[in-house]
Amino acid sequence: MDLNLYVWRQKDKDSQGRLEQYKAYDISPDMSFLEMLDVVNERLIKEGKEPIAFDHDCREGICGMCSQVINGVPHGPQEKTTVCQLHMRHFKDGDTIYIEPWRARAFPVIKDLIVDRSALDRIIQAGGYISVHTGGVPDGNAILISKKDADTAMDAAQCIGCGACVAACPNGSAMLFTAAKVSHLASLPQGRVEAAKRVCMMTEQMLKEGFGNCSNHYECEAACPKGIKVSFIAKLNREFIKAQF
Amino acid sequence: MILDGKIPSGPINEKWDRHRQNLKLVNPANKRKYTIIVVGTGLAGASAAASLAELGYNVEAFCYQDSARRAHSIAAQGGINAAKNYPNDGDSIYRLFYDTVKGGDFRAREANVYRLAQVSVNIIDQCVAQGVPFARDYAGYLDNRSFGGAQLSRTFYARGQTGQQLLLGAYQALSRQVYLGKIRMHPRTEMLDLVIVDGEAKGIVVRDLVTGEISAYSGDAVCLCTGGYGNVFYLSTNAMGCNVTATYRAYKKGAFFANPCFTQIHPTCIPVSGEHQSKLTLMSESLRNDGRVWVPLKKGDTRHPNDIPEEERDYYLERKYPSFGNLAPRDISSRAAKEVCDEGRGVGPGGYGVYLDFADAIKRLGEDVIRQRYGNLFEMYERITGEDAYKVPMRIYPAVHYTMGGLWVDYNLESNIRGLFVLGEANFSDHGANRLGASALMQGLADGYFVIPYTIADYLAQTKPAAVKVDHPEFKKSMEDVQARIKRLLSIKGKKTVNDFHRELGKVMWEYVGMARSKEGLNIALKRIPEIREEFWQNVIVPGSGNELNQELEKAGRVADFLEFAELMAIDALHREESCGGHFRVEHQMPDGEAKRDDENFCYVAAWQYKGDDKAPELHKEPLVFENVKLAIRSYK
Amino acid sequence: MRFVENPVGKKIAMSVTGFLLLAFLFIHLIGNSTIYLGPDGINTYAKGLHSLPPVVWTFRIVMLIIFALHIYFGIKVTLENRQAKPNGYAISKNINSTLSSRTMIWTGLIVLAFVVYHLLHFTLQVTQPHFITSKNLDYLGRPDVFKMIVLSFQRIGITLIYAIGLLSLMLHLTHGIQSLMQTVGLNNERFMPKFRLFGLIIAVFLLVAYLSIPTVVLTGVLKA
Repeated sequence: MDLNLYVWRQKDKDSQGRLEQYKAYDISPDMSFLEMLDVVNERLIKEGKEPIAFDHDCREGICGMCSQVINGVPHGPQEKTTVCQLHMRHFKDGDTIYIEPWRARAFPVIKDLIVDRSALDRIIQAGGYISVHTGGVPDGNAILISKKDADTAMDAAQCIGCGACVAACPNGSAMLFTAAKVSHLASLPQGRVEAAKRVCMMTEQMLKEGFGNCSNHYECEAACPKGIKVSFIAKLNREFIKAQF
Repeated sequence: MILDGKIPSGPINEKWDRHRQNLKLVNPANKRKYTIIVVGTGLAGASAAASLAELGYNVEAFCYQDSARRAHSIAAQGGINAAKNYPNDGDSIYRLFYDTVKGGDFRAREANVYRLAQVSVNIIDQCVAQGVPFARDYAGYLDNRSFGGAQLSRTFYARGQTGQQLLLGAYQALSRQVYLGKIRMHPRTEMLDLVIVDGEAKGIVVRDLVTGEISAYSGDAVCLCTGGYGNVFYLSTNAMGCNVTATYRAYKKGAFFANPCFTQIHPTCIPVSGEHQSKLTLMSESLRNDGRVWVPLKKGDTRHPNDIPEEERDYYLERKYPSFGNLAPRDISSRAAKEVCDEGRGVGPGGYGVYLDFADAIKRLGEDVIRQRYGNLFEMYERITGEDAYKVPMRIYPAVHYTMGGLWVDYNLESNIRGLFVLGEANFSDHGANRLGASALMQGLADGYFVIPYTIADYLAQTKPAAVKVDHPEFKKSMEDVQARIKRLLSIKGKKTVNDFHRELGKVMWEYVGMARSKEGLNIALKRIPEIREEFWQNVIVPGSGNELNQELEKAGRVADFLEFAELMAIDALHREESCGGHFRVEHQMPDGEAKRDDENFCYVAAWQYKGDDKAPELHKEPLVFENVKLAIRSYK
Repeated sequence: MRFVENPVGKKIAMSVTGFLLLAFLFIHLIGNSTIYLGPDGINTYAKGLHSLPPVVWTFRIVMLIIFALHIYFGIKVTLENRQAKPNGYAISKNINSTLSSRTMIWTGLIVLAFVVYHLLHFTLQVTQPHFITSKNLDYLGRPDVFKMIVLSFQRIGITLIYAIGLLSLMLHLTHGIQSLMQTVGLNNERFMPKFRLFGLIIAVFLLVAYLSIPTVVLTGVLKA
């Protein structure tokens, strides 16, 4: 199939970017979306043009590196799927596709479709962990955790840190990302000890990084490739209220 | 030269404890005077960086991804082994040790493997304390599952995302130290050279992948935790960015590369769908717990799999290996798949695929149980192939997955270059010629959490802190070399893209240095690789400049190193005139097609020394001495 | 960091003030509904209410503060959010957000304008100088609130203003009620759809209940 692409091109952080039109020819439905871009890039290089820069690494939907807004939806039209796992069989011959980078003040564009997501790292650094040293810990089975709690923690811990929630949020809020980590650790007895401090530190860091506030649009949940639920935001809110007492 | 692995004396179960007693310590007040460079932030790198920083050392950590959390350890699905014996099914440290040595086809260093089995139990405790959400049973205890190459359940797991959860645990520990100022994190920064001063590793040269700036960092020791080189095959289950550059650059600076031909082909990957394919996707081996592997009995049977009656199916793993069946080790399962496909009984487009069928398991356990166990894998399969594996058997085929070879290290994980430590998949590891499932995560974390914090102190205690600074001429020279190479790559302006060359190299490697190797084939590879390399340096096109984010330039540098490294692999494969584990030489097989090891002549680690671009590398041997296990034919029948 | 500066703290402030305003809507509705008892109903209620000035004024001041806080945080949060998302997408698609959730600031500001009008209209009575209740007493000498209301709503223009104000309020509450449940942490996966429905029901109920008064007047069911 042939496709008509509009891709965001931006030389570097300080340049003005714009959408440019490209054609993709002979795309097989078995290709992944990124393989389609590979094909376009190979052609651009051979034509002496600069290829489209985009972040990607594992290409199996787990590293969280790929980050493209396809036709207005972070990670594209397929539910619970990262761009790298999106396959071209979901498009038709002649389709027009808009490809843009994540957009939020806290995610400045570095080049083309690549943005700087280090703000998410700094949210984790502010408290997204249990302060345990290597060594000197009790036996794994000394801490009993109900299956329900372990499952809830795992549901939240699945977050791949791609930032699609921020990209989808009309307010550029990182609430779902923050809530996933807060909920993961707060669901486990080991994580309760620091729960109050953690939720305060992480939400404050979110503000410092220039993310917006959550106003419960829930666009994040729709965009999340791991299907992380906004009920974890409610849990974060609960944790925050608990932390006040 | 005969290499000394510095294996401590004494009974195997006391070696590590005794050794730790003998290692020198750095006193707490002095630790803050030392700086350690850690390259790579996967399980080994992140756990090492965090543990070292916790002890008080200053750590400079580097990764090429935009965040430490994205290292490829994250993609490990199935689980992590530990000799906890929670299920009471007869596991012990010795048994995990034995299974690993046997699984590695007796080409691993006994003492290292025993230590690995010993600390495996600490890893689980550590990860639980960090909040890794391992699966629990209804009473709240840790749950276990079985895995290929073992007859008991010793694998801990967190749904199908164990690697991710373990890595996030280590990443969080690392993040905590970043917050405390003990780790300086350098994401989007790629190591391009190792700097050696007076025979000791004292720093690295890196390229800032955003600005293109080349800079140097000095330290008192360097830890390479840069993973494996599976991408030399172009198509592998490794992430797109995985590369050999860091370890290969160290090799060119004098570090020995050990057993480069030991590569693991994973049996359960999604088959290739076409030329456009950029990488292969692995399906967790845990699928083999409930799935049955089969191909049609008849050649070229193009019927729909559900229309092929039971008696016309060949469940070849169950037939050939009755006691292990579908759980036969990876190398054996992979080769068996290749065999049946070579016979013309493969399925799917191109005939390179076998069925992994869940119909029986669904009948026995119900679709819900299967969905609970493997739901995310089935979803992933459907996303990629568009097929519903609850209704149609999956199609799988082997793919390059892990590389057992790596830089040679001694018992302290120190390479032959003083001050250069190599951890995780990047070292030649504890896995011998083949790695068992759920053991890579174990090794990465063992090295990072529980080995390096002890052994590095012994080296540091013998060095003066911050003795070398980046103004040393060696740094300047190294930076100039790196810059010259980048300039050269950019100046070629040829006609073929980096990917064209990489793909070409991959085809040669898969064909001749892949699952089954022959003298003839390896010689073809040794002829073809330099040809491709030569053309690369004449005809590659790398657009853009060096002073900006330039992904083609990054790739070009990596592929240039693969093009040299591939030759080393082929040389090693050619020299090892035996079949063992992942290394199968068609000349050396049993009458029934099983691997034929040659313990008489090849029971050693082959460590290669770089002698110059135009000279053959020199082979050094570390003899493998087995005092605690009997060398036996590795039978899984 | 102070509670009200924290991103979650701000939202909780919005929710709590929003909840109190919602509670006021119910109290106010009970008061209003005395109109169905005829002039005796609402005029008695109005007189009773105004016979206790300290209570009335305390109540008014508290409500004013709550309302001001709600507006303050609403505007602050909106401005911060716009700043956090300076550029939109060439193609924008909404999957989970609703008209109601996306227009909170606008429906809120319309409600504010409406409240100002409503106060000028019925409390300060400056929009209709020809009918001041303190000068128009009923047969028992009470300010004739009933007549004021009926005369007002007989005019289609005024009824229209009320309809717009109340519709905005409904839209605001449709998102506001379920949103406040989420923000104070009462939500979970199971309750989420119930809270959404609950929010919608309350919003529609308040619209219908409040709008019923101008409607019955305009349709001539209720006459002076």
